[in-house]
Amino acid sequence: LSRIGDELYLEPTESGLSLRTVNSSRSAFASFLFAPLFFQLYEAGGPQPGRELLRCKVVMKSFLGVFRSLPSLEKTVWKCLILLKPRASRLVVQLHCKYGVTKTHNLAFQECEQLQAVFDTQRCASSLCAPARVLAEAVVHFPQTLAEVTLGAGPGGKISLRNYVEDEAGEPGRAGTMVTELWLAEDEFQTVAVTPGSRITFCLKEFRVSPARVPSSSLGSPLSPSQPPRCPQGLLTFAEASNLPLTIHYDMPGRPVVFTLDDAVLEVHLVLATLSDPESGLQPPTANGAAHLPTPSDDFADDLESYMIAMETSAYEEGSGVPPSPTFPLHTPCPAESDPEEEEEEEEEEEEGAVPGTPPHKKVLDGHGRCLGVGGQAQPPPDPHLSPQFRSLFFGSVLTPGTPGPAPTQEVLAEDSDGEY
Amino acid sequence: MRFRAKIVDLACLNHFSRVINTIAKLAKTCTLRLTVSKLYFILADKVANGGVSLWCELCQENFFDEFQMEGVAAEHNEIYLELVPENLSRALKTAQSAKAVKIKLTNKHCPCLRVAVELPSISSSSRIVTHDIPVGVIPRRLWNDFREPSVPDFDVSIYLPVLKTMKSVVERMKNLSNSIVIEANLSGEMNLKIETDLVSVTTHFKDLGNPPWALEDGCQSSAQDRDLESMAEARIDIKKLQQLLAGQQVNPTKALCNIVSKRIVHFILLHEDVSLQYFIPALA
Repeated sequence: LSRIGDELYLEPTESGLSLRTVNSSRSAFASFLFAPLFFQLYEAGGPQPGRELLRCKVVMKSFLGVFRSLPSLEKTVWKCLILLKPRASRLVVQLHCKYGVTKTHNLAFQECEQLQAVFDTQRCASSLCAPARVLAEAVVHFPQTLAEVTLGAGPGGKISLRNYVEDEAGEPGRAGTMVTELWLAEDEFQTVAVTPGSRITFCLKEFRVSPARVPSSSLGSPLSPSQPPRCPQGLLTFAEASNLPLTIHYDMPGRPVVFTLDDAVLEVHLVLATLSDPESGLQPPTANGAAHLPTPSDDFADDLESYMIAMETSAYEEGSGVPPSPTFPLHTPCPAESDPEEEEEEEEEEEEGAVPGTPPHKKVLDGHGRCLGVGGQAQPPPDPHLSPQFRSLFFGSVLTPGTPGPAPTQEVLAEDSDGEY
Repeated sequence: MRFRAKIVDLACLNHFSRVINTIAKLAKTCTLRLTVSKLYFILADKVANGGVSLWCELCQENFFDEFQMEGVAAEHNEIYLELVPENLSRALKTAQSAKAVKIKLTNKHCPCLRVAVELPSISSSSRIVTHDIPVGVIPRRLWNDFREPSVPDFDVSIYLPVLKTMKSVVERMKNLSNSIVIEANLSGEMNLKIETDLVSVTTHFKDLGNPPWALEDGCQSSAQDRDLESMAEARIDIKKLQQLLAGQQVNPTKALCNIVSKRIVHFILLHEDVSLQYFIPALA
């Protein structure tokens, strides 16, 4: 989780303890849900039933610091107690070690609203499942610094992985960039249920092992190739170590790709934004009938974000009471969980220092059904001044009220649940 | 213009990878010259390179199981390509357990050297990884820029000390100074010297031996009449020397250098099937 975000969100629920994080540009979200069985003792909430369960977030580095040296922990610690002290605003992690030594770490936490990515693996058209080893071996052929990779279903049932090269002139393989492509046969996978010819492009970094990463400076820094050296456990390494098969769910370009790991006591989800591909041939209907062919590269975060918001809002529009993600049934208990306004509030927390520039992208939601994709965006040309970081891709409202932009958008979102666009 | 080659033997692949790794350490971009029997990696001595030049020659038979080449024209049955050796090095890096590696010159959207690695896999069909390395085709009119450099009229020729030792000495010296003086004489003695305001360090090597150069008319006469004890020296950029030494992954069969006093140092590293020549000019 530390490889993705700087803050660790802890959410105790009835079905387990959920640890989540999101990256600064909101293009990657991960969660680990530990079932109560995983723990020796698990008490989720306060004594009053129906009381809202406390959620908090702590600084990732502080939390990691408690568990700094795994080998020595394994040797000395026989019990670890984690408890939340709301009144003292402290998350207490207590390590009971050998020889009667108890180390107590008090971490300051901030209460927060739910960090919930909007995605639905059931709605993904394609899925693949393979032992993590296969994917780890595949990924090794791509350079460590590689940002984006395209996963595709090719002819003959083969699955391909290809590094993504931004092509300005529209021709792949521009001089200067080496293109690497790997083909895996269908039978290397445990299950393959893909739409032929489908492709998605996502950022490889959060996924693999990358031991030499440069530390990111602040929550505000966009995802960049120079990220600080984090604990080198990418999801892939984790999967390999736990010997679990990895399932990849994806849909159309632009819709997020979801990687999941499942076992009896643990459910892991990693949701990554994908590039909307104007060449994919699946040109979605656009607002005002205008056909836009935005170039994927620079503004892909923007595209995805609007798209995701549209998707989410349209989901609400349909009045589907089904929570967006079947594996995270834990929205706030109120029945109006699909109420976008509530989502909005929840998201306020996330948007510390939201860039006021984000609004224009949200506005574009009107008139779109779920197939917004990139094409639908009546987007002004990517504004270089808008830092992509505060683009929430899977979240509801991203904007703090009070900034000039949000107002119109909030209105739009509010209309969703009743109206048509 | 066509080129296809295939390596099936792992040892050959390994060896080839090592050569490429060495080249990659010495040059960011270089020229690959393909002939029917040989491959050459060439770096011409342009100002941009800092005046260094590189000439590396391999016999293709020693590496490739299949090698087919058709040059630009019948009378000029050669191909000159400009490429980034680091790309090739990366492509081969993860191919160390490959069943086969095929290299082919293609021109889909732009000229590329396509390296296709066939990897063993548990499934019925093997995994194939292809790397498309963009290359530039060098037109015939520029081929003259890439002629084999001639051995300079050197003052002293001497075998190098054990490269590993030399490398560690030079690496430490690199921290202290930007330039290093190599001096040697015909009695098998070589000194590596650095001198700064604060410190000067000299490492002495002796009993290195001087290679006997075959006498040709008029050649090596300057070396011939030389006083055996007198040192020929050149001050060169220490980083370039360090790069050369660091890039050597295997001990060469023969390693020697020719020094033209105050002008240039010519290094020759010979392995069984690869020869590498590297020229470092003296600093002003």
